[in-house]
Amino acid sequence: MTNTPLPSTMSGTLAAPAAGGFFRRFRSAPSEPHFAKRVQFNSPLLPYLFLAPQMAIIFIFFYWPSVQAIQSSFYLEDPFGFGSTFVGFANYTDVLKSGEYLGIARFTAVFTALVTFFSLAIGLLLAVKADGVIKGNATYKTLLIWVYAIAPPVAGLMGMMLFDQHIGPLVKFAAFFGWDIKVGLDYNDTAFAMIVVSVWKQIPYNFIFFLSGLQGIPVSVREAALMDCRSGFRRFWTVTLPLLAPTAFFLLIINTTYALFDTFGVIDVMVKDKAANNPITLVYKVYMDGFRGNDLGGSSAQSVILMIIVFVLTIFQFRFIERRVHYN
Amino acid sequence: MIRKFTMTGLALVFSATSSFAATNITWWHGMAGRNGEVINEVATKFNASQTACALTPVSKGTYEEALASGIAAFRSGEQPNILQVFDAGAATIINAKGAVIPAEDLINKAGYTFDRDAFIDGVRYFYADSEGKFVGMPFNSSAPIMYINNEALKKAGVEAPKTWEEFEAAAPKLKAAGFIPLVQSQLTWQFTENFFSRNNIQFASNNNGYDSVVDTQLKVTDPNLIMMFDKLKAWADEGYFAYYGAGWNDNQKMFEENKAALWIGSSGSFGGLQKTAQMPFSATFLPYWGSIKGAGTSSFIGGAALFAMSGKSDEENKCVADFFQFLTSPEIQVFYHKATGYVAITKAAYELAKKEGYYNEKPAAEVGIKQLMLPAGEWSKGYRLGFYPQIREIMEREYGRIFANEVSVKDAFDTIEKEGNELLARFAKTAG
Repeated sequence: MTNTPLPSTMSGTLAAPAAGGFFRRFRSAPSEPHFAKRVQFNSPLLPYLFLAPQMAIIFIFFYWPSVQAIQSSFYLEDPFGFGSTFVGFANYTDVLKSGEYLGIARFTAVFTALVTFFSLAIGLLLAVKADGVIKGNATYKTLLIWVYAIAPPVAGLMGMMLFDQHIGPLVKFAAFFGWDIKVGLDYNDTAFAMIVVSVWKQIPYNFIFFLSGLQGIPVSVREAALMDCRSGFRRFWTVTLPLLAPTAFFLLIINTTYALFDTFGVIDVMVKDKAANNPITLVYKVYMDGFRGNDLGGSSAQSVILMIIVFVLTIFQFRFIERRVHYN
Repeated sequence: MIRKFTMTGLALVFSATSSFAATNITWWHGMAGRNGEVINEVATKFNASQTACALTPVSKGTYEEALASGIAAFRSGEQPNILQVFDAGAATIINAKGAVIPAEDLINKAGYTFDRDAFIDGVRYFYADSEGKFVGMPFNSSAPIMYINNEALKKAGVEAPKTWEEFEAAAPKLKAAGFIPLVQSQLTWQFTENFFSRNNIQFASNNNGYDSVVDTQLKVTDPNLIMMFDKLKAWADEGYFAYYGAGWNDNQKMFEENKAALWIGSSGSFGGLQKTAQMPFSATFLPYWGSIKGAGTSSFIGGAALFAMSGKSDEENKCVADFFQFLTSPEIQVFYHKATGYVAITKAAYELAKKEGYYNEKPAAEVGIKQLMLPAGEWSKGYRLGFYPQIREIMEREYGRIFANEVSVKDAFDTIEKEGNELLARFAKTAG
């Protein structure tokens, strides 16, 4: 129902190994024509033909379902499709009036902020440290990266075992400090476990991009900075971090969408198919109402609300945060 | 000579194709693991028993996923012939008039005579319409029953409780003997829906929802139900009852590991429990309240039923009817009963299993069927509530909050009733 923009951004990142490169080219090409190679097609139709397969995929898998979701969000429909009644904005008002939904929205906001912050911060820290390692750095990097190969449901399953109320090693470890973790029973404990697993899963991704971003910073700049300033911490804040900003901005968008959408697998496994009083995110609610509850109108309205949230968030990020990012 | 060979060859080819010209029918279900394998065995037996029809079972994941896939397929005209739908989803499919052919009509049309009395009482109404006509064909049926840790009871010197009053009296002794007196695995099914059936109390207006979808309202603020949960909460605080969340296995585990004395599970848990329980166990009926007048009636049937989807050819429908006939034959019922632990659904099958001496060997296997054969009360026949899977989710959420000390029992049921009734009203609009 909701589409993560990951596939398209992935293709973008594949084209440019360092994320900064992707945006740099994207932005600077018009103002600096000497970078752009002039290519002309003989027939004006040919470029459209090349675009057609991609357009077809986007249309069939992204636009068409979105239009369907918008349409059915205005109807109350019997699941089997026998009767549908036009209800105007009733599905939206029902959802937005529900205290339960607003509670889930609040949790989603907190969850997204925490997961994004911690996975970026830890990824950056590890990348900076790995960048400084000289001996055995390939092994070190590989060890950090390979977690990314784990699929979200598998990560959730591993997290669930670590936090299992009967046999979880982390639960026993926390009990040592007098903290009785009850994942599945206590709202806050489950939220904690979900955030830990989601962050853990995302760190390697951020690590890869930050590391390649760091390696893209010219040695001459670093050496100049080293001469001007002795404090490593200050050098990092005033020189390294601004130069990493394009990468960080790109990762901010990716991580926000990850926390909003891709954590579904982790959540599904960790609540074991029964959310009960455990925290869930908005995407999981769409799934519960639409696929488990067969309330098509209500869950379509929810997915349209999600689309609007993502739309607003993306505009906000590009308009306000990207302005502070310097690409050159 | 060559000509003769060709003719024989041709004859062979033709005979081969004629045997392959069986009508293909498909069956989508939501069972996995051992229960999924047993479904394949049932299908193999059916295919071997005749040549006209070929049945292919397809697992679609869980119950919820099977229903969702069935709905999606129906909307695009690709529905299977048979769809397995679980108890809580029954209202969704039965209220979608035209999505299914009632099992009774299908079987009668195929030239068989459908005998409602052949089925045991507990399964007769749940998947039927308000006139008692079978819409779904009961398939895997279970009842919530109480499993007993024999050693724990012996050690504490108590008898297995029949009523919750007896449990209350025995609980301190069980606790003193070093056991968690009581665990359960599904508060919605075992302590809500079947609280109403076992204690013979009305669950929802409009005859538990059977008569109409319009204005059906939950009656979960019933003082008796609130009393039950007040007790559960008090027992949890005293250490007489332990709650490990909404997950089935997290709770069952404490019984398997010989840490709990009594566990409310499913009659269908019997097969698995034989492998996992670390101690000898037996089983008895789900307790009721002696203080409630008229209590002790049969429980609702749990599990799932098979629905014949509409929009299929007559030959295929005939095959589905043949299969339903095959499935309800005593031999297949007994085979399924023994292989899975689900109860036999016909009286003849129950008699056959009894005659074979199966229950002498395994008395616990008989408890579920006996509980379903208890005298029916006015309110123990079933319920028909739209969007019920979502109502269950609301209950699970609120029950979790009760045991996390976030909400009082009374407030929790007020919320369930309010949000549940909103969902029922929504459902009435979709069906209208």
